[in-house]
Amino acid sequence: MVRMLLTGNKTTAYSAMRSRVQVVSAYPITPQTTIVEHIAEFIADGLMKAEYIQVESEHSAMAAAIAASNTGARAFTATSAHGLLLMHEMLHWATGARLPVVMVNVNRALGPPWSVWADHLDSISQRDTGWMQYYVENNQEIFDTVIMAYKVSERPDIMLPSMISQDAFYLSHTVEPVDIVEQEVVDNYLPPYDPPYRLDVNNPAGFGSLVMPNHYYEFRYKIAEAMEKAKKYIKEAAEEWYEITGRDYRGLLDCYRCEDADVVLFGAGTMMSTAKEVVDWMRAEGKKVGVARIRVFRPFPGEDVRKVADGAAAIGVMDRAYGFGRGGAFFNEVNSALYNHRNRPPTKNYIIGLGGRDVKPRHIRAIFNDLLKVKDEGLDEEFRWFGLRRENMPEEEI
Amino acid sequence: MVKLTIPEIELMSPGHTGCQGCGATIAMRYALKALGEKTIVSIPACCWAVMPGVWPNNCMRVPLLYTAFETTGASISGIKAALRALGEEDVTVMGWAGDGGTADIGMQALSAAAERNEDVIYVMYDNEAYMNTGIQRSGATPLGAWTTTTPVGKTKFWERRPKKPMVDIVAAHKVPYAATLSIGYPEDFVKKMKKAKEISGFRFLHIYSPCPTGWKSPPQYTPKLAKLAVTSRAFPLYEVEEGIYRVTMKPKKTPLKEYLMLQGRFRHLTDEDMKELERDIERRWKELLLKEEMTAKLEELNE
Repeated sequence: MVRMLLTGNKTTAYSAMRSRVQVVSAYPITPQTTIVEHIAEFIADGLMKAEYIQVESEHSAMAAAIAASNTGARAFTATSAHGLLLMHEMLHWATGARLPVVMVNVNRALGPPWSVWADHLDSISQRDTGWMQYYVENNQEIFDTVIMAYKVSERPDIMLPSMISQDAFYLSHTVEPVDIVEQEVVDNYLPPYDPPYRLDVNNPAGFGSLVMPNHYYEFRYKIAEAMEKAKKYIKEAAEEWYEITGRDYRGLLDCYRCEDADVVLFGAGTMMSTAKEVVDWMRAEGKKVGVARIRVFRPFPGEDVRKVADGAAAIGVMDRAYGFGRGGAFFNEVNSALYNHRNRPPTKNYIIGLGGRDVKPRHIRAIFNDLLKVKDEGLDEEFRWFGLRRENMPEEEI
Repeated sequence: MVKLTIPEIELMSPGHTGCQGCGATIAMRYALKALGEKTIVSIPACCWAVMPGVWPNNCMRVPLLYTAFETTGASISGIKAALRALGEEDVTVMGWAGDGGTADIGMQALSAAAERNEDVIYVMYDNEAYMNTGIQRSGATPLGAWTTTTPVGKTKFWERRPKKPMVDIVAAHKVPYAATLSIGYPEDFVKKMKKAKEISGFRFLHIYSPCPTGWKSPPQYTPKLAKLAVTSRAFPLYEVEEGIYRVTMKPKKTPLKEYLMLQGRFRHLTDEDMKELERDIERRWKELLLKEEMTAKLEELNE
């Protein structure tokens, strides 16, 4: 075991190295920048063998990664916020083209007003692009998930891209101890990329041509089918990784003390580590609370959400992003998974931490207490902007 | 035995879905003849994104990667990088984009790929407007032309700007090779294509490709128009190699009017208007000859 003290971004660079990515297309954006810098250093120092394309935009970064992947190389890139939005067209393209590109996104708020701090709206806005989406809570999980994501994405019966999202600064620029698994171990786990079809002069074929309405529909169905199948393979890949490393990512939902919980709080990213800590404190006080961290958002773990709902008397969902007009995406997805389920406890959406506003243990404690009130007294309101500072928006300015 | 100047190999099968008299189909056929089997082509949104055929049909006998409108420069960079990673260095990678996909929406990725001196061939097949969407003006639409977004109307709203000089722009990136080609001169076309194939680094080829549908010209005049464009000096044939301009064809000048009047898109022009176009074209021709003369002196610097 090689334990190192690493930022989330340097961990990401190591994950690309250990995954033996062959083509990296790189464009800088805060707070992703040091990822592409570290990869460049690895290549410059001969520690990593990969083609490195210094593209002129994120749009081109994804276009080049797609082309490289279609040619048969393992492709990697990383971005953040506006860079991810610029890629949007090509995110859909990677899915339609059935290419296992893997990308790390450093979750950052969208401007204006400019903000470089943590917020999930960038990746949430890519929900329907057909990328598998993982949200991680610590640096170790970044490393492990990138490798596992390649394993799942590259399966011939999956062939879909994966996005691993880590919170700006909370992970990207925070140093944590990380086990950088030895190369031979990773090599045994993740074999070289060997796609069933690729651009090959000895076997010429066209990729991505025009189809008529009599075929397009089935192309889309096959993507849906693969995304559904991926649930099983994500668990299998995690099982195998668990046997090697002892680290447990076997659930699409990371449930913490949910089994006998009266109220369960859903959410994603780093604030869920804080929530787990608060669970322990409140459990010590005799309050039966639990946490369900949405580790995999696409494919959505609807069955697991239903299982949690079977035991809970009230459910809260924290969203670090807001879908203007109708609440946070995680909340809406949890609700939609429950609508056709027999047990539907009341659900409440807590909008929190936008633009990097800190989510502290006392906030989580207040949310749990509020949820316990919902359990006893019923739902008061569906959406709550938690910690809204009225003093920041005096009436006369509105 | 006669020595053939155009290779016999056919890498474009019959069955394309282009319009009758389409210059771009001739261009692709010649291009593949020159480049041979070990070629990968990437095509963004343009007429050629549709012309290989509707899935599962495909008239191309080389691997083909379709890509989004503005991405050709990035797409061919990605293919080449992957080929290097896989140790398949002997494959030629060619981007094949229209004038809109090159001079307008694809300009950023093109400029970046040229600046990085990617080891690829970038072709702009130029039919002087967005023809796949139905004849809208592009940055390569010539002075005086009618298009659906530069209609003549009562106010003479036709195109008021000359073409964007793409070869000059790309050559300014200090790439090893940039040239103009016309399907009206297949031997010059194939010669330049083959030359480009042998050079490493970024190569830019601007192919003049008449479009009967968009130009309102009789389909059988496609080769004739491609020749008249060159002889009237509307589209001179030249190359820029390591910064040195060379006009590859200096034919006897033919009247511009003859070229213009075969096309409905210029029908609205008066004799006076055509003289104005002629003045602009003559100025550009002289400018080109001056560049040729001036840059010849660069030879010493290149040695």
